[in-house]
Amino acid sequence: MTTIIQPSTKPTLRAWLTADVTTSPRQARLQRAYFGWRRLSGNHLTMFGLSVLLFLVMVAVLAPVLAPQGYDAQSLTDRLAAPSAAHWFGTDDLGRDVLARMVYGTRVTLMIACLVAVIAAPLGLLIGTTSGYFGGWVDIVLMRINDVFLSFPGLILALGFVAALGPGIRNAVIAIALTAWPPIARLARAETLTLRNADYIAAVRIQGASPLRIILRHIVPMCLSSVIVRITLNMAGIILTAAALGFLGLGAQPPMPEWGSMLAVGRAHLSGAWWVSTVPGLAILVTSLAFNLLGDGLRDVLDPRSDT
Amino acid sequence: MRLSVLKALARQAGSVATTLLGLLALTFFMGRMLPTDPVLAIVGDQADQATHDMVYHQLGLDKPLYMQFFLYIRSMLSGDFGNALFTGHRVADDLMKVFPATVELATFAIIIGVGVGVPLGVLAAVYRGSIIDHVARVVGLLGYSTPSFWLGLMGLILFYATLGWVGGPGRLDVAYMDSIDTHTGFTTIDALLDGDMDVFWNAVRHIVLPASILGYTSMAYISRMTRSFMLEQMAQEYMVAARVKGLSGWAVIRRHAFRNILVQLVTVIALAYAFLLEGAVLTETVFAWPGFGHYLVSGLLAGDMNAVLACVLLVGIIFIGLNLLTDVLYRLLDPRTR
Amino acid sequence: MTAQLIVEDLRVRFSTAHRVIDAVRGVSFTVGREKVGIVGESGSGKSMTARAILKLTPPQAKLAAKTLRFQEIDLAAATERQMLKVRGRRISMIMQDPKFALDPVMRVGDQIAEAIPADRRGSRAQDRERVLGMLDSVQIRDPKRVFELYPHEVSGGMGQRIMIAMMLMPEPSLLIADEPTSALDVTVRLRVLAILDELAAQRHLGLIFISHDLNLVASFCDRVLIMYAGRIVEQCAASELAHAKHPYTRGLLASLPRVGDTRGRLPVLTRDPAWLSS
Repeated sequence: MTTIIQPSTKPTLRAWLTADVTTSPRQARLQRAYFGWRRLSGNHLTMFGLSVLLFLVMVAVLAPVLAPQGYDAQSLTDRLAAPSAAHWFGTDDLGRDVLARMVYGTRVTLMIACLVAVIAAPLGLLIGTTSGYFGGWVDIVLMRINDVFLSFPGLILALGFVAALGPGIRNAVIAIALTAWPPIARLARAETLTLRNADYIAAVRIQGASPLRIILRHIVPMCLSSVIVRITLNMAGIILTAAALGFLGLGAQPPMPEWGSMLAVGRAHLSGAWWVSTVPGLAILVTSLAFNLLGDGLRDVLDPRSDT
Repeated sequence: MRLSVLKALARQAGSVATTLLGLLALTFFMGRMLPTDPVLAIVGDQADQATHDMVYHQLGLDKPLYMQFFLYIRSMLSGDFGNALFTGHRVADDLMKVFPATVELATFAIIIGVGVGVPLGVLAAVYRGSIIDHVARVVGLLGYSTPSFWLGLMGLILFYATLGWVGGPGRLDVAYMDSIDTHTGFTTIDALLDGDMDVFWNAVRHIVLPASILGYTSMAYISRMTRSFMLEQMAQEYMVAARVKGLSGWAVIRRHAFRNILVQLVTVIALAYAFLLEGAVLTETVFAWPGFGHYLVSGLLAGDMNAVLACVLLVGIIFIGLNLLTDVLYRLLDPRTR
Repeated sequence: MTAQLIVEDLRVRFSTAHRVIDAVRGVSFTVGREKVGIVGESGSGKSMTARAILKLTPPQAKLAAKTLRFQEIDLAAATERQMLKVRGRRISMIMQDPKFALDPVMRVGDQIAEAIPADRRGSRAQDRERVLGMLDSVQIRDPKRVFELYPHEVSGGMGQRIMIAMMLMPEPSLLIADEPTSALDVTVRLRVLAILDELAAQRHLGLIFISHDLNLVASFCDRVLIMYAGRIVEQCAASELAHAKHPYTRGLLASLPRVGDTRGRLPVLTRDPAWLSS
């Protein structure tokens, strides 16, 4: 009598994710995400960028813990003190601890980045897909507007809007968002143009889907990956623009600890207290660099056909 | 000229005109977005109603919006940008005075950008994957990530305050100011024209650092594009054919690959020059360089909308103009499109 | 017939991080002042063999051979500097598609003139005369006008004749033709081949003719080499092709349509994995 030996069929997560044949759309989607993640994590530079960003998020969230004295604790007797054990990054011209201001400044920077992305990306997506899908006059008008916005380098346009709206962090965010949507719209439109004539779009249209539904449910998801890549790459420029506005005194107003404005404060004390300017600038550099590295890595994974 | 070429040109002129119109509309709109009352800015808050009304009428604010826009276009196109409140002069006159300083800075910057960027890009492509390639990549990446105003400040600390290798802010040392006549508005050229070598070298010492900082971003962009173009050409069949003829590796790069990227490279350089206007705003602020960017920022901080809008409009026009120029250049230089 | 080119056990290998690809696995043959055809499908290694002879394989390829010799030169041991004297002057190669093999931003005449070896150059006018003479020998009717043209302004057949002119300019003794007519219309093909034939005879050239077209090679060449998966599986005289022994060759011959064919269906070549290790 033969004994039939059953091999252990306890399914592991790994086996499920690497199975050759998928049995559900969810499994297929998760498999794609898993392989994408594997490729992303293989790129060391990208991982460095990602970890820097995660570190910054952590710092921003834990700000009250890391700098319990707050960002505005002045001490006029302790002005422009060099870096020491008490003040790791020294103090600024009002005696405030630079490290504390840096930590809270992380919140400001990340908030600006998020807000701009949240405003510019959907706006650009909507305008680009609408323009690409409908074509004709809608396309011509929207793209002409797009061209007008693209005729200005980002900072100049932002300066124009800030001049019109007035200084302050809210207006700075609006101004920067207004400069960030045109490239996204252009990209979304290009993608829509290639998708517009696809058979499955025609099929959905015959089934009676309204243009809004077609755009939102069928076209936008296809554009998402390249838009994500582009906004991540552009984020470096957005942060630099925000810092530039802060430096010029047009962004966050005192006493808010924005890195760019901290740099401007240190300008008057360059030869004596160099740390007041150096440290915020390094933070801006590292944040920008992290976004660039992450964006490069994402592009390799999500959008490999674009040239390096 | 062939009809098709004329039609293409007409179409392009039409699109440029509409973009220009859109530009004017945008700046007009920006001017009207003001939360502050422009009349108050002129008459102050002590003025009585009659003065207020008079200035209101003078500024044309009582006319319908489309009329205001039409008047706005007319004055912009005729070069009447209004008066700059913070300098007291006509904006147009101010701009003529400050522009040469920026052009001088930008030209030095682009020379540095091209002079370093192109060879770096070529080497990075030829020695792909080597240490040179990695260095070029890192330099390029940093170029996109570094805040130029911070780099300028660090440069001043290091090269001016500590080492004393370069001059400080401004175009010349205070001692040399007004010691040469203004011929072109370019301090370096004017000094040479006057034969005053002391002033010339002083001007060079002052322009070196800001031009390098300004040129750094364009250098990163140019080297990256050069590398990409070169790699594209090096994969082409005609490169192998050229080597079959007995040409050495570098001769092939020089005579064939490089010549093939020239057209694209010229358009890239023109674009980089346009972006220098943006960098100039920050660099001129850091180095107190009396150019266009400095003027824009000063006007902004003083709340002078005339000056600011004129500057913004001008940048837009220059940008469109440079884009048009690159299109034309491309068509002229590439034998395949003639 | 004395052999000009002696190839013995030539190997070309590509190693990447994941796998190793042997494009050419131990190819041996000789070429004298005769027309030798190399026939094979895509991926058989025929183009790579040609590149290996000129040492123009891609940088990541590794070349090895027991013997790789052209006349008195040891190609295998030659440095890049020495190869510069071999390419063009001793061995030359015409490539498949003149659209891609000619520099698009350089005038055709200048490209041909570039092929004149440095030590044989004269004044600009003298070089120009030589180029015009060469254009004439490939039966281009208006050489002066063609000299000034750009590659995108000439037709396929003319482009290929320009390439022949360009590659014969330095007066080599061995010419490799890598699929010279594959990109041309059928009507133009014969004309270009006729020019090639005539020039090869005139100059006593050795010719290696690479193609995937068995019929073409059989009618044009003196000897035929059949390549499969990086190896030579058959070598015979063109006239003896019908008596070929290797099953791959027989399979190729059988699948060719013939006028007056009585077969109802053309047999499809079945590949025997044993051929990979013959």
